[in-house]
Amino acid sequence: SPQVVWSMLGNRQFCSYKMTTKTQNFCRNEYNLTGLCNRSSCPLANSQYATVREEKGRCYLYMKTIERAAFPRRLWERVLLSKNYEKALEEIDENLIYWPRFIRHKCKQRFTKITQYLIRIRKLTLKRQRKLVPLRRKIERRENRREEKALIAAQLDNAIEKELLERLKQDTYGDIYNFPIHAFDKALQQQDAESESESDAEREDDEEDEDVDKREFVEAEDSELSDFEDMDKLETSSEEEQEEEEEVEKKASHSKSKGKTPLKGPARRKRPYIEIEYEEETEPSTKTKAA
Amino acid sequence: AGEGSAPVPGDGSGPPAPERVLFPPTFSVSEIKNKQRRHFMFLRWKQQQRKEKLALKKKRRKEREALGHKAPPKAVPKTIENQRVYDETTVDPNDEEVAFDEATDEFAPYFNRQTVPKILITTSDRPRGRTVRFCEQLATVIPNSHVFYRRGLALKRIIPQCIARDFTDLIVINEDRKIPNGLVLSHLPDGPTAHFRMSSVRLRKEIKRKGKEPTEHVPEVILNNFTTRLGHSIGRMFAALFPHDPQFIGRQVATFHNQRDYIFFRFHRYIFKSEKKVGIQELGPRFTLKLRSLQKGTFDSKFGEYEWIHKRREMDTSRRKFHL
Repeated sequence: SPQVVWSMLGNRQFCSYKMTTKTQNFCRNEYNLTGLCNRSSCPLANSQYATVREEKGRCYLYMKTIERAAFPRRLWERVLLSKNYEKALEEIDENLIYWPRFIRHKCKQRFTKITQYLIRIRKLTLKRQRKLVPLRRKIERRENRREEKALIAAQLDNAIEKELLERLKQDTYGDIYNFPIHAFDKALQQQDAESESESDAEREDDEEDEDVDKREFVEAEDSELSDFEDMDKLETSSEEEQEEEEEVEKKASHSKSKGKTPLKGPARRKRPYIEIEYEEETEPSTKTKAA
Repeated sequence: AGEGSAPVPGDGSGPPAPERVLFPPTFSVSEIKNKQRRHFMFLRWKQQQRKEKLALKKKRRKEREALGHKAPPKAVPKTIENQRVYDETTVDPNDEEVAFDEATDEFAPYFNRQTVPKILITTSDRPRGRTVRFCEQLATVIPNSHVFYRRGLALKRIIPQCIARDFTDLIVINEDRKIPNGLVLSHLPDGPTAHFRMSSVRLRKEIKRKGKEPTEHVPEVILNNFTTRLGHSIGRMFAALFPHDPQFIGRQVATFHNQRDYIFFRFHRYIFKSEKKVGIQELGPRFTLKLRSLQKGTFDSKFGEYEWIHKRREMDTSRRKFHL
């Protein structure tokens, strides 16, 4: 009889569903109505008992009566409750019509709580869900190691310096830096080594088309990208640079762009008539000096 | 039985003369059960190997000297980059098809100077200290960028708003346990979205340098080693973050260097000491990226069309195969 059961399990001896904490005793039995370990809420110690449980989003009313106490398999009777909240409450009332007030009340309370949390679940699934992807230790370690090795192989500082020097050589910076004289010499050496297969006339035309002050440089390609463009239009405003230009112009006699003189200078020197011009220019001065 | 003709065990004073030692041909050092003895035999074997190697080297060097000028050129040492498995999508600089593709893809308006880049930088929910500071520093590095904090907003709803306000790119920095570990770079008017894994993030104060902060000048961009088609498109994505006309007065350069599929980002200030020497000083944050996936449209993890995903089983099989 239930009183005996309770006096054994509930108070004195061991109940495997009972969990004690400092202030409360809880009951872990899945058919428990309130979750606490009490005389009135223990499903084992009450021969007439009811609960509400939900499965896959649908709520069921479970009932246990004395008549079926001898048949454990048929002990709990299950009734599906309707999805409509009020109707379900009515159904609970119908099914538990002559049952003790406590059980009826607690069943309805439990049902309310369950529907509330089901609503919350449905709302949350619509919002964005954070998916936790576990890191795999072996893979992380492998990638870190490979990254270190790649870093060493990359030699970033050297690569960047080389790239910057390349850009300087290809004149993307225009006239900001006053190194062109050296570049001129270097290009001279390059030209000497190479053959003069290019036509000079073309170069003359190119020269004359360009203006002194407005220069447009199309950036040479990056190491592998062909599309990356770098256009800069620089205006030489400093006097020093203009003076230098003039000097260079005099030396090369007709050059209008500093950038192109290195290529044209040596070729021009190889042409006979330019040398003759130059000599003619200096001759009158010497004559005047002599005079 | 195999040990019968070997020297007396415990003989550690020195290797006995080789003529006395006779082992059956299939004997290996690892079959000896006694650890001390095994260790001794192994050391002896190692010494022998080293001697042989040295002798070989000497012989080769002598031959080389003997030949003098006629000697064959020195062999180039093998590196992983040398041995890289040839990727058929490597871009040839003169390839017309590639050039045509690039003239008509989503970055064409940028490269034709029709759009000015405007970047929005944001994080995942509730960013912690390091990520916040990193975002700020990144905003100083990339000109014309704004940092906004997300307070639980869905990315899918942010994107239409950004497009409405004329942003060209969206960067989302994902955070895990107070450090940034992921980057999503999305080109906005329905451009491709790239998802990277970010590692070794160093903030400005952690970098050993004595420079000041980056100024407001537009930096130059260096993109190194993006060889394949995929690498090309990623490189263009990065280039599209920066305005077209770098201000050389600022002398700042942002570098994206690809090495073995890892993209290293650095931000430097340079100065030309002479026409053959340049000094660089690192300012700005640094980080490395590894591409995880490239998606055709804007960010959409469920229904998006992926152009490329990193599949570990298939792509990590060879040490010499790289995709970027």
